[in-house]
Amino acid sequence: MPAIAAIIILLAVWQFVCSAGIVPDFMLPSPVDVAKAMVGDAGLLLHHSRVTLVEAVCGLAIGVLAGLIIAILMDMFDLLYRANYPILVITQTIPTIAIAPLMVLWFGYEMTPKVILVALATFFPIAVGLLDGFRSVDEDSLNLLRSMGAGKVKLFRYIKFPSALPHFFSGLKIAASYSIVTAVVSEWLGGFQGLGIYMTKVKKAYAFDKLFAVIIVISVVSLLLIFAVRVIERKSMPYMHLDEEH
Amino acid sequence: MSKTILEVKDVSVSFGDAHILDKVNIELKEGELVSLLGVSGSGKSTLFNVIAGLLKADNGRVILNGEDITNKPGKVSYMLQKDLLLPFRTIEDNVALPLIMKGMNKKEARETAASHFAEFGLEGREKKYPSQLSGGMRQRAALLRTYLFSQQVALLDEPFSALDTFTKSQIHDWYLDVMEKIKLSTLFVTHDIDEAILLSDRIYILSGKPGVIQKEIIIDEPRPRDNSFLLTERFLEYKREILSILQ
Repeated sequence: MPAIAAIIILLAVWQFVCSAGIVPDFMLPSPVDVAKAMVGDAGLLLHHSRVTLVEAVCGLAIGVLAGLIIAILMDMFDLLYRANYPILVITQTIPTIAIAPLMVLWFGYEMTPKVILVALATFFPIAVGLLDGFRSVDEDSLNLLRSMGAGKVKLFRYIKFPSALPHFFSGLKIAASYSIVTAVVSEWLGGFQGLGIYMTKVKKAYAFDKLFAVIIVISVVSLLLIFAVRVIERKSMPYMHLDEEH
Repeated sequence: MSKTILEVKDVSVSFGDAHILDKVNIELKEGELVSLLGVSGSGKSTLFNVIAGLLKADNGRVILNGEDITNKPGKVSYMLQKDLLLPFRTIEDNVALPLIMKGMNKKEARETAASHFAEFGLEGREKKYPSQLSGGMRQRAALLRTYLFSQQVALLDEPFSALDTFTKSQIHDWYLDVMEKIKLSTLFVTHDIDEAILLSDRIYILSGKPGVIQKEIIIDEPRPRDNSFLLTERFLEYKREILSILQ
């Protein structure tokens, strides 16, 4: 509730600044102008959102799968863990925008390079979250299951993986917000459709109201994706939200 | 005279220069509850881990029903102070875990587990998660899991020591009651003298550095027992005897 009040106050101040002519219209459109632009361009925005969302979700799916495989392998083989952890960290120091042109040269202007970039940006929080989760399992619990005759596969299925789920979802929430941003940024560097493309077009036309409209749409799409992750999180971990009996 | 089910023969353990256990011999007969009593650091848990097959002894053997199980985990079930219930599984599924690990299908394992819930005073808790139960209830569930793992021998390492005094005395009554019904042969590790006298048929006193069995005390008291035994003169005699050995 306080958050909603704060947003309303912020919008009111913004509207006042514009209406009073403190900042010229063409530089800072008023909230009303932005809303008009959004309604006027609704069809176009929806179309481009869909493209960006598909790129983000496909990339995220691949990123999750890759993160999962990497985390399981690195947990099973300590040598892999020690050999690859630094490499994993290094991949994250390379900004998307720096390798995007390379991806365009290799894979063209269609969806592929965008999906790859999203996957590259999202596998890391997933892999690290899962790895931490796998390693956080109590040694006594592992021993107990071993004493019941559990091998590596059963240990994963019955204890390591479910124990890592909360870590996995923290990673997934970060990855979900990365995915939209990365998809938009990768579109800036070349392509035919998507919110990033639309953004570069309206920027060239100095259509500030439309630019603001896209920014809002991007943030709404990100929020929706994070919300979806939260719903899945709640569904898959009912035991995280319980009342105690005592 | 019932038959011997578990035997520990001449077990010695040392970590580097530290000699922890020296030629420990104990035995457990069918249906018996035997306690291993000792102060902290006397090597109780070390011996426990050797019997469970989790720790390698320098010397000696562990024999279960005539079979040499030295260094073989998975032969006897054990329970620790920590209940080790998995927070993401319901009580029913936690308890059924050993059956699932043995290859039983999920439905059958649940049914087998469910058939014991009333006996263990856990009825109505099947679909709850561990975080929804009190400490005492969780230990009951852990004991049921231990029981389903192996009906032969259970090793309990200070299973009730994390509970508060009141809950502990409640769970002692409950435990004596359940033991009457299921007759599980149990080796009970504890540092609590009252608990040992109340629950056991026999008590081994482990002390010294390295730890040796100082004495074996037979608690020749009729069962069923309950907490009122703690207030009798006979109880105090046993306690005096044990304290004089430990000092």
